[in-house]
Amino acid sequence: MRYSPTTSKTKNAPLALNASYSRKKRLRANLTGYAFISPFVIGFLAFTFIPMLVSLYLSFTKYNLFADPVWIGTDNYVKMFTGDANYLNSVKVTFIYVFVGVPLRLAFALAVAMILNSKSRMVGFYRTIYYLPSIIGGSVAVSIMWRNIFSNEGIVNSALNLLGIPNVSWFGNPNASVFMLVTLSVWQFGSSMLIFLAGLKNISQEMYEAASVDGAGAVPKFFKITLPLLSSVVLFNMIMQTIGAFMTFVPAYIISKGEGGPLGGTMLYSLYLFRQAFMFSNMGYASAMAWIMLLFVGVLTGILFKTSKAWVFYESEGGR
Amino acid sequence: MASHRAKWTLYHILVGALALVMLYPIIWMLMSSFKESRTIFATANQLFPQSWHFENYTTGWAGVGGYSFGMYIFNSLKIVVLSTVGVALSSSLIAFGFARLNFFGKPFWFAVMMLTLMLPADVVLVPQYIIYAKLEWLNSIKPIVVPQFFGSAFFIFLLIQFIRTIPAELDDAATIDGCGKFRLYSHIILPLIKPALATVAIFSFYWRWEDLLGPVLYLNSPDKYTVSMGLKMFLDSESASNWGAMFAMSIVSLLPVMAVFFIFQKQIVEGISTTGLKG
Repeated sequence: MRYSPTTSKTKNAPLALNASYSRKKRLRANLTGYAFISPFVIGFLAFTFIPMLVSLYLSFTKYNLFADPVWIGTDNYVKMFTGDANYLNSVKVTFIYVFVGVPLRLAFALAVAMILNSKSRMVGFYRTIYYLPSIIGGSVAVSIMWRNIFSNEGIVNSALNLLGIPNVSWFGNPNASVFMLVTLSVWQFGSSMLIFLAGLKNISQEMYEAASVDGAGAVPKFFKITLPLLSSVVLFNMIMQTIGAFMTFVPAYIISKGEGGPLGGTMLYSLYLFRQAFMFSNMGYASAMAWIMLLFVGVLTGILFKTSKAWVFYESEGGR
Repeated sequence: MASHRAKWTLYHILVGALALVMLYPIIWMLMSSFKESRTIFATANQLFPQSWHFENYTTGWAGVGGYSFGMYIFNSLKIVVLSTVGVALSSSLIAFGFARLNFFGKPFWFAVMMLTLMLPADVVLVPQYIIYAKLEWLNSIKPIVVPQFFGSAFFIFLLIQFIRTIPAELDDAATIDGCGKFRLYSHIILPLIKPALATVAIFSFYWRWEDLLGPVLYLNSPDKYTVSMGLKMFLDSESASNWGAMFAMSIVSLLPVMAVFFIFQKQIVEGISTTGLKG
């Protein structure tokens, strides 16, 4: 991949001529390469890198879009953790949403993928149905639907009543309301299920047969064969789903009609950030919030990758 | 043999029941869209309407505040088409560069690309808004559409994976025949990656069609609103309790998504399974 200026393959040719020829060729190759990726490079600088620097600067200022930014040092960051109960509440709600929702979703996805990893002709049909919610789940229509199935007379309470559980006031109890968002997230397990199904298909049947011969039951097979061989897929999915979950906006915005209520019960981090920036014009404060989120997600991803050596099995490294 | 059969029957009953539970909310909304608005919650436990009220669809189509739902659909389609063309063209160009060309600094830019795949978009939300405000792009579709012309990491990655499966001998043969890099891209590789481009188009369609944050931030006048915004307007005027019409238009907004899903499910399933990602 890297170019070393001293390599020259043809030894017989006059050295100077050869060097200048290959330098020209190299320059041409570099220019062509950059011409092709230039949309990405320009887009990255214009829409990601420079905005990130601006955001970092603004996080140390008070800025409302109309007056010039005023430098206030680390005040925004200090306020977040010491003087803003609503912020800490939104962190709490988001943690429940992410750390309950994502593991549940992945566990569900894996369980269903294992059930569907059979030779039945109906598998394609079930796979389609299970995957459908992932396709439509991000839409406003589905969030409106979710809002209504959780209403007092809605079908969720009716189902609970059938099981002998009294009505839950999903829109009155802040501790219950976050579970409207969690269930909506779990409902969309389909995309992870597809990825796990693809992974399961790659595990050779012989391994299970060998295990059966040795008298291993379903549970040891799962923990000794399925889970280790799927662990790299699980890791990657866990990271991407966690990042995605931290950014969830639409359902919280629609289900609470933009208020994050009841009493902040559905105030996901992105919604609180959105409200600070675009309803209260606290652009500096919102930028600081964004950077805390970036740092947190970065550290979490780092920890997952670092510890993955202990629990992720890479076949190419001969772990067998 | 009999026990084998019984096992399969049980399997289908369980798997089928789960499918039904998952689909029930959608079926419930579909049925409710035919109910008389004031009876929807009183009769939430009955799936089928007592009388079928198709007029929910006509009232819904008339929209809220004098803007027809047809206009929202047109506005959404405009954004979808422009964005999809932009993102497919640019991402394929970039993916070709990464997959087939060697140049100084390629590993660096590839790493940057993979990092942006994981970057929480919230970090650039505020500064991007400020930049678009300074450019006087607010209340236009530019902030939503223009960035798509600079590629999207998810699609670039998907296309790189696909291009890598095309034998490199093909490139060599074309090069010997005097084919330049751009012709190689446009005449050899592009026709071969059509299936992957279809996957890109499908996902781009979904994400733009369902996008709410972009329109909420950047579109202020109702004549520019998209389908998502139209539905949000129904919700905001919910005090008028026109639930029937709101559910009817929710169903209408899902129809194109479902249609594309059922027609192209092979591409979708393959796209997700091969990249292992869903953005």
